[in-house]
Amino acid sequence: MDTILNVLLIVLQSVVLLVALLVFIAYILLADRKVWAAVQLRRGPNVVGPFGLLQSFADLLKFVLKEPVIPAGSNKGIFLLAPLVTCFLALAAWAVIPLADGWAIADINVGVLYVFAISSLGVYGVIMGGWASNSKYPFLGALRSAAQMVSYEVSIGFVIITVLLCVGSLNLSDIVRAQDTAAGLFGWYWLPLFPMFVIFFISALAETNRPPFDLVEAESEIVAGFMTEYGSTPYLLFMLGEYVAILTMCALTTILFLGGWLSPIPFAPFTWVPGVVWFVLKGSFVFFMFAMVKAFVPRYRYDQLMRLGWKVFLPISLFMVVLVAGVLQFTGWAP
Amino acid sequence: MTLPDIFFYVFASVTVAAAVMVISARNPVHSVLFLILAFVNAAGLFVLMGAEFLAMILIVVYVGAVAVLFLFVTMMLDADYRELRAGFLQYLPVGLLVGLVVLTELVLVVGAWSVSGALPKTPAQTPIPTDMTNAEALGRVLYTDYVLLFQASGLVLLTAMVGAIVLTLRERRLAVKRQDIGEQVGRRPADAIEVVKAPVGQGVAEGGGVR
Repeated sequence: MDTILNVLLIVLQSVVLLVALLVFIAYILLADRKVWAAVQLRRGPNVVGPFGLLQSFADLLKFVLKEPVIPAGSNKGIFLLAPLVTCFLALAAWAVIPLADGWAIADINVGVLYVFAISSLGVYGVIMGGWASNSKYPFLGALRSAAQMVSYEVSIGFVIITVLLCVGSLNLSDIVRAQDTAAGLFGWYWLPLFPMFVIFFISALAETNRPPFDLVEAESEIVAGFMTEYGSTPYLLFMLGEYVAILTMCALTTILFLGGWLSPIPFAPFTWVPGVVWFVLKGSFVFFMFAMVKAFVPRYRYDQLMRLGWKVFLPISLFMVVLVAGVLQFTGWAP
Repeated sequence: MTLPDIFFYVFASVTVAAAVMVISARNPVHSVLFLILAFVNAAGLFVLMGAEFLAMILIVVYVGAVAVLFLFVTMMLDADYRELRAGFLQYLPVGLLVGLVVLTELVLVVGAWSVSGALPKTPAQTPIPTDMTNAEALGRVLYTDYVLLFQASGLVLLTAMVGAIVLTLRERRLAVKRQDIGEQVGRRPADAIEVVKAPVGQGVAEGGGVR
């Protein structure tokens, strides 16, 4: 009886989180387009609902009601499986993200590794979609993404290792608690580990195929990359998965470097604000930076992307791991 | 039957079924995808045994990196699979022989377990420390008791990596244009652009400047 109640509770929590996440995605998508438009002195979507607030829901209806077209030469099973895999994996990562103290569906000991593992699987949706389409441009997009995601995972892994060295635990909630000092805002890891913060931010852009690293779907070179042959609901699932993955990276940046649910000023009345509010505010700020990068920076060339990953980020982050470990060891700050 | 039991049977049966499909699927890309399914379910089994760190590492390393390369290569292959299957009967005896040897050895190993009275009937209990996490326990063993072996295996891997790079590195003798990032970044407009006021009807000289 207890087990059944527990399972029901977990299901209920998951459904609440899923709905909240999807509604949040609808508005973050709109925010992305609005920020982009504002930088280019346009208005962005402003027709559906007041200020275009219902634009994402109109888009949803449009995608769902369209006819899905499956190319005759495609590998049908994998063609339809690919968007599902992308969407499922992106959503699965949210099971361990603590939105506030104790607000994680599964507060597991290897939380950060779990998120890292799930986000490294995200590449499969892209590769499967690109291959199953049985067409040139999707396949080129898939090959690009495979190399790109594997390269940037390496530097993300090293950045995570430096944070773990400072915390001494793989649990996401413990990582946030370790940043809870009297210094507030300045006690979070973005300050002492600033180079790693920058590297993580840029690698997160590359890992989620955000501009300026969106070579996987570079429309000026390979039409729409792996999504060329997709339309209607499968396309919607790809887009949804992509944006959920971006939000996961925002949440991970918040947890690793920006103190998760902690208040930036560590005394009342700021500490009375619920942790989840701070978490959402910080996540939105990171997403705002993602959106601004998309508006400002031109797309990278593919060889430059590979050079940045392997010849710049990898040596720097490897060196930083050694440096941080050395400093922690010899100053006795190691947990 | 408790919840972990149900999960065990789900993971185990899917692992075995996926493993069978790896060798029986006609399309090699499907084979690799089934291999990935088997890896993920094996990770699930690790979690059930309390080895969550190993499970995550299995996914990060094997599914996230190694299997991506497998998939990458099988997708690029342009092999004629009918041709590959043509020699099936010819190789059948050798394959059967190898299979028989492996089967015999397995039977001997497991048989010794059940026949001999000296070996313990229940599998050896792995000491799972309750007061520390997986990663901590592994770290304590790896970096204290087995630090030499750990470093040695690291060196072996490094040697293998250097070897692979040496084998594939080809120095091209012909004049090849190479990108010099420092030179590119250090370039200023003054180095490349010359602003010339060309008089009407005269134009600009070939090497730059006014004719």
